[in-house]
Amino acid sequence: MSSHATPPPRLIARLDIKGPNVIKGIHLEGLRIVGQPGPMARRYYEEGIDEIVYMDTVASLYGRNNILPVVEEAARDIFVALTVGGGIRSVADIVAALRSGADKVAMNTAAIARPEFIGEAAKALGSQCIVISIEAKRRGEGRWEALTDNGRERTGVDVLEWVRKAEDLGAGEIMITSVDQEGTRRGFDHALFQAVRRRVSIPVIGCGGAGTAAHVVDAIERDGLDAIACASLLHYGHAPVPQLKAALAAAGIAVRPLAEAA
Amino acid sequence: MIVVVDYGRGNLFSLGQALRHLGAEYKVSSDPAEVLAAKRIVLPGVGAFGDAMRGLAERGLIAALKRVAAKGTPFLGICVGCQVLLSAGEEFGRHDGLGLIAGTVARLPAPRAGDPAAIRIPNVGWRHLDVRPLAPVLSVLNGTDLVYFVHSYAPMAADPANVAATIRVNGADIPVAVHRGSVVGVQFHPEKSGVAGLKLLRRFLETEFAR
Repeated sequence: MSSHATPPPRLIARLDIKGPNVIKGIHLEGLRIVGQPGPMARRYYEEGIDEIVYMDTVASLYGRNNILPVVEEAARDIFVALTVGGGIRSVADIVAALRSGADKVAMNTAAIARPEFIGEAAKALGSQCIVISIEAKRRGEGRWEALTDNGRERTGVDVLEWVRKAEDLGAGEIMITSVDQEGTRRGFDHALFQAVRRRVSIPVIGCGGAGTAAHVVDAIERDGLDAIACASLLHYGHAPVPQLKAALAAAGIAVRPLAEAA
Repeated sequence: MIVVVDYGRGNLFSLGQALRHLGAEYKVSSDPAEVLAAKRIVLPGVGAFGDAMRGLAERGLIAALKRVAAKGTPFLGICVGCQVLLSAGEEFGRHDGLGLIAGTVARLPAPRAGDPAAIRIPNVGWRHLDVRPLAPVLSVLNGTDLVYFVHSYAPMAADPANVAATIRVNGADIPVAVHRGSVVGVQFHPEKSGVAGLKLLRRFLETEFAR
């Protein structure tokens, strides 16, 4: 195979962290413990996941960031890219996350509160490490509002305006989560994914609602997304990584094969 | 001793994890004397080119890195640690690099309208490399190996003889691994490239470069 082929879209495992546990809810609420970050990340890595995202679900609420020891612990012997989100408020927070093994940070609340922070972060560490995470709530046909604090707070910010502004300010990727679909296993909000993808020229990671491998294939084929982040699908074993990759390959989509262990 | 150069800009944790996984003993240092005495050098890094050079300059590391390259110490630059091997960088204005390999670090080409194989910038994800025949270290990768990228800029070596591998980005063959003598630079992240990346790091640690 040569590098001229279309590169494989990324399959990302999203681990929402609360204290020492990985949790999962529906519509970002009603949270339930599903496991521990270390063993879960390790399993996904061994199964061939392409990236891992850790989101501290309580950092914004309490105004502190205690996810880094969890990231360090979970990053041992896991050799794929890690993104850390939740409670990132300053360039110093980003540097601390990178020193703990993260390659990228995901920002939501702090970026909405002070958009110039995106530019400051990009200038210090490069656009490639700044992911803007957006919790999108449908507010009518073709309209979504950005929420913060795990869907608890309204902002009045229009998602499609916000993604364009974030790119202009220096964001490197957009991670878009449909609050309406999140945790429901009813499939993605395709209109949202397509609208966001059209608005920006940076990579887009789709999240929220996958219940089957077919949903993931759909979002890549129809919506043209660069990456899909999955939580329930993986955590509850509905479609483990090998099954997801097999479904993508069967649809003619490139996947990263799992290499022999070193 | 293998020295991982710390200039305040690196993802040292992951690189350290990878080296430890391979059983390599290493020391993290920002001391020019320790850099000069190293048996092998790894220069990691994330961030912008000019900021990285400033981090090296503040610690008096520029002259030390040039000397170790000149005396043939095996030297691996990763990501921004690869970019600064070149003469200059064009991110947020023009900045001088270490000048160990002639060329400029330039922005990746933007997607062309209507291109079904368009790659969005930053280029994020796993890619196959086109490895040049006999390229040191890189030739350990085979046709099925993919490695992980997250970048908007690339090391455009001026002399094709210094290019070790390329990827195809929006219609152009872009250098993503460069080499000259005992100096090797990779734009991708071997410490984030699973088994393929570990294989590449192991090959670097085992390579005896011709003097």
